Amino acid sequence: MAKKSTAPKAKVKYSEETYAFWYESMLLMRKFEEKAGQLYGQQKIRGFCHLYIGQEACAAGAITALDKDDKWITAYRDHAHPLGLGTDPGAVMAELYGKATGTTKGKGGSMHIFDKERGFMGGHGIVGAQVPMGLGIGFAEKYRGTKNLCICHMGDGAVRQGAVHEALNLAMLYKTPVIFVIENNGYAMGTSVERTSNVTELYTIGEAYDMPSFPVDGMNVEAIHEAVAEAADRARRGDGPTLLEFRTYRYKGHSMSDPQKYRTREEVEEYKQRDPIEQVKQTILDNKILTEEKLAEIDKRVKQQVDDSVKFAEESPWPDGEKAFEDVYMQEDYPFVME
Amino acid sequence: MRVIQFREALREAMSEEMRRDKNVFLMGEEVAEYNGAYKVSQGMLDEFGPERVYDTPIAELGFAGLGVGAAMNGLKPIIEFMTFNFSLVAIDQIVNSAAKMLSMSGGAYSVPIVFRGPTGNAGQLGATHSSNFENWFANTPGLKVIVPSNPYDAKGLMKAAIRDPDPVIFMESELMYSDKGEVPEGEYLLPIGVADVKRKGKDVTIISFGKMMKVVFEAADELAKEGIEAEIIDLRTVRPIDYATCLESVKKTNRCVVVEEANPIAGLSSELAYHIQRNAFDYLDAPVIRVNSMDIPLSYSPTYIEATLPNVKRTIDAVKKVMYK
Ligand SMILES: Cc1ncc(C[n+]2csc(CCOP(=O)(O)OP(=O)(O)O)c2C)c(N)n1
Ligand SMILES: [Mg+2]
Repeated sequence: MAKKSTAPKAKVKYSEETYAFWYESMLLMRKFEEKAGQLYGQQKIRGFCHLYIGQEACAAGAITALDKDDKWITAYRDHAHPLGLGTDPGAVMAELYGKATGTTKGKGGSMHIFDKERGFMGGHGIVGAQVPMGLGIGFAEKYRGTKNLCICHMGDGAVRQGAVHEALNLAMLYKTPVIFVIENNGYAMGTSVERTSNVTELYTIGEAYDMPSFPVDGMNVEAIHEAVAEAADRARRGDGPTLLEFRTYRYKGHSMSDPQKYRTREEVEEYKQRDPIEQVKQTILDNKILTEEKLAEIDKRVKQQVDDSVKFAEESPWPDGEKAFEDVYMQEDYPFVME
Repeated sequence: MRVIQFREALREAMSEEMRRDKNVFLMGEEVAEYNGAYKVSQGMLDEFGPERVYDTPIAELGFAGLGVGAAMNGLKPIIEFMTFNFSLVAIDQIVNSAAKMLSMSGGAYSVPIVFRGPTGNAGQLGATHSSNFENWFANTPGLKVIVPSNPYDAKGLMKAAIRDPDPVIFMESELMYSDKGEVPEGEYLLPIGVADVKRKGKDVTIISFGKMMKVVFEAADELAKEGIEAEIIDLRTVRPIDYATCLESVKKTNRCVVVEEANPIAGLSSELAYHIQRNAFDYLDAPVIRVNSMDIPLSYSPTYIEATLPNVKRTIDAVKKVMYK
């Protein structure tokens, strides 16, 4: 990260470190995902693989607004959040390969990245399932009397699951310190938001439960930071949950096997004009927060990190098949049926 | 004879039944405009229109329940789960509503519905996308459960399922949709609850169903090279089970192996082993052996998968064990 600046910048709201972090973390997410996409094409990564390209601000802006003991949970589009939180890119890449050195020893794969040390409580595969769990994680923080909260990301498609509505109601009822985030990227697989409900202003679903609920520009990392910081204050004050709808976009297909006939090239291009990384880069340069040279250094560092992550994954061993029996129960001598 | 894909056989069955009976409709995630996540329903929106082919939001509990209510009130829904892993979100409507309605209502309300979609593993998809539910639903009185292994059976059984007056669970596999097989041009139906002896043999009976049949055929080919002739039974339906066909075969071969992708405890393999020892005890020359997934979730890495799923080697080993070879 860049050094502390001495002179305060008049027109910008956040510190040099914050801007540098946003640029670097989002670039890491972007480059990592681009590489993952390539490796999927080479069949180094198998199964389902959902890329975060275009949505980086939704993770990066929230990270700077929260504290280190706060908890995170999301769906299967889950490589970027841990990368932003500081999980070793090598361990994430090794997980995508299914190697023994991966974040879950090759157990979870792309959809189930976990990092307990950083409070990242998973990548979850059943649409909507993480939402009641996120509620429970926040509930536990309040129960134990901490000031921590849980931020729970979900997609626009997940919003139509019954469990999500039950969770929103319970969160208000118990004044639970949770920030519910809808990453509205316009589509659930091939289904646009408009084709899933008459309620297309997604943040308004929170209003049905009297929950403070707001739309946020999901391509703008500053806007996201601001909204999450405010929601975090509310949670830490004991005033309960907030629902935020981040209006964002995924540049790539839903997963790796998506012909994307449901949208136009122009639509994708339109969003690329508001690219979150380009936006923050522009702010940085316009306000002379960092020099071109500094940014180039970051670019180089990120490229190195991604290259290193691939090398690490490539060189890592496959897990021993017998270890499939480990971590199924906490009980160490659980008597599995063997025939 | 004409050769078509598994997915085409299913599509033909659904389309023929929809032409025949206007009360039949199809509903599920991505079934209409996207033409199906696995292209089973390709072209059906074009033919039947949005009044009969419905895309849903991701709301399995809601649309499964919609199907049950519609079936109670005169319609014949086909509800597609993108995979049966997601039917867990909807299982209350399947087990508590669909399965029990006729009995609960004293015979007043039947539920002629088909819930269909892929079951079981489809490669490296991780724990939440790899479960088998054949035995779960087979454990539920009121349901019928069909798990075909090839395009011909799939078409005939799907047509029978749609016409059946009871709720039917119809289970497929992502790994079978592109499989090709002979399917005649004309209309035909296959009876629910009747197993099929896919290969005759005298030394051992291997019973299986669904995509595990591929493993069984391969194992039987290997065994044949060693002079062991396996009789292969494809259950096709796992509720009701055609015990008679299984017993008849075991009484002839005196040895039996059951191959099932689901986890071992309370599986269909255990059920078959019980029935065989109960009704053919005196004919058995060896205990029945089951080959299942290991007693653990299916993880992502290929090495875990290799150590977990039933495969050709484990099937051959089991056959040799019952033959004391
Ligand atoms: C209960 C359930 N139903 C269906 C699926 C299959 N599925 C996986 S992702 C997805 C679309 C989700 O879209 P959205 O919530 O908008 O998230 P995004 O992929 O856009 O991040 C679907 C239908 C699933 N995983 N779980
Ligand atoms: Mg979406």
